[in-house]
Amino acid sequence: MSIIQFIQQPWHWAVGGLFIGLTVPLLLLLGNKALGISSTLRQICAACFPAYISFFKYDWKAQAWNLFFVGGILIGGILAGCFLEGNAPIEVAAATQQRLQAYHITDYSQLLPAEIFNWSNLFTLKGLIFFVIGGFLVGFGTRYAGGCTSGHSIMGLSNLQWPSLVATICFMAGGFFSANIIVPWIFKLLNA
Amino acid sequence: MKNIKYLLAGIFFGVVLVKAQVISWFRIQEMFQLTSFHMYGVIGTGVVVGIMAVQLIKRFHIKTFDGQPISIAPKKFDKGQIYGGLIFGIGWAITGACPGPLFAQIGLGFTVVAVTLISAIAGTWVYGLLEKKLPH
Repeated sequence: MSIIQFIQQPWHWAVGGLFIGLTVPLLLLLGNKALGISSTLRQICAACFPAYISFFKYDWKAQAWNLFFVGGILIGGILAGCFLEGNAPIEVAAATQQRLQAYHITDYSQLLPAEIFNWSNLFTLKGLIFFVIGGFLVGFGTRYAGGCTSGHSIMGLSNLQWPSLVATICFMAGGFFSANIIVPWIFKLLNA
Repeated sequence: MKNIKYLLAGIFFGVVLVKAQVISWFRIQEMFQLTSFHMYGVIGTGVVVGIMAVQLIKRFHIKTFDGQPISIAPKKFDKGQIYGGLIFGIGWAITGACPGPLFAQIGLGFTVVAVTLISAIAGTWVYGLLEKKLPH
């Protein structure tokens, strides 16, 4: 078995977690950088549309490393999809499959359901909710919280920061509420 | 060119995000429906490994590869971590992605997620606009 074939296999969660965890010391050792992705969204605002807003008047170029990092994530996604079976079907829990069936989500051939993540949905109510509103909440919420899953839940918790624990608990609370109350309501609305 | 190493680190992280399946909308639904241990296993393992690594770096005063001291800025608490955290959580369950996975999903071929990313940038911009008026 070649190394590529070895990586192509589905990864156990512990392997995925190990490498995600190791990214923390990797960035520290490479140049004393703290893992944190959502700040790149602020940098893009500061670079492209600062609009005299004080929140975007800072030396974003000093943090340019982060833009290279997210560019790398995009390339990593391409490589994983093209060469490492990254988009192979996954075994989704039966109980979740049952709930998704009621939402008319039945395509498990890829990592994301084709019924949602499809250009043909862009100018529909589905697209408005899942891409435009969902994305807005992610961008607004992470910046308001001062970080996302990487900056708070991985980096912040790794450095034993209690504000990051508060943030992580709130991410989870919002997610539980959303997945169990809002998402079912969205599909009820869409499939009505 | 000093930033090329971060591009390479990002490629590594992107592959890991995909292969760990944390960018899967299905895995996010499972996590919040409590029907699978997968996401808890990934994030839990990541945090434990991260804590051990940071402790080792601090205890042994390990320096960067080019000999600079390593220091990590502490996170300051404000109410944004509560309000913003809840808002992000709601969005996370809808999009099935936090900011890092957005980039990986686009790379993996779900190009329509570029719209989600643009909207997330717009959300960040609106936060910047309203920053001083929001409770912190």
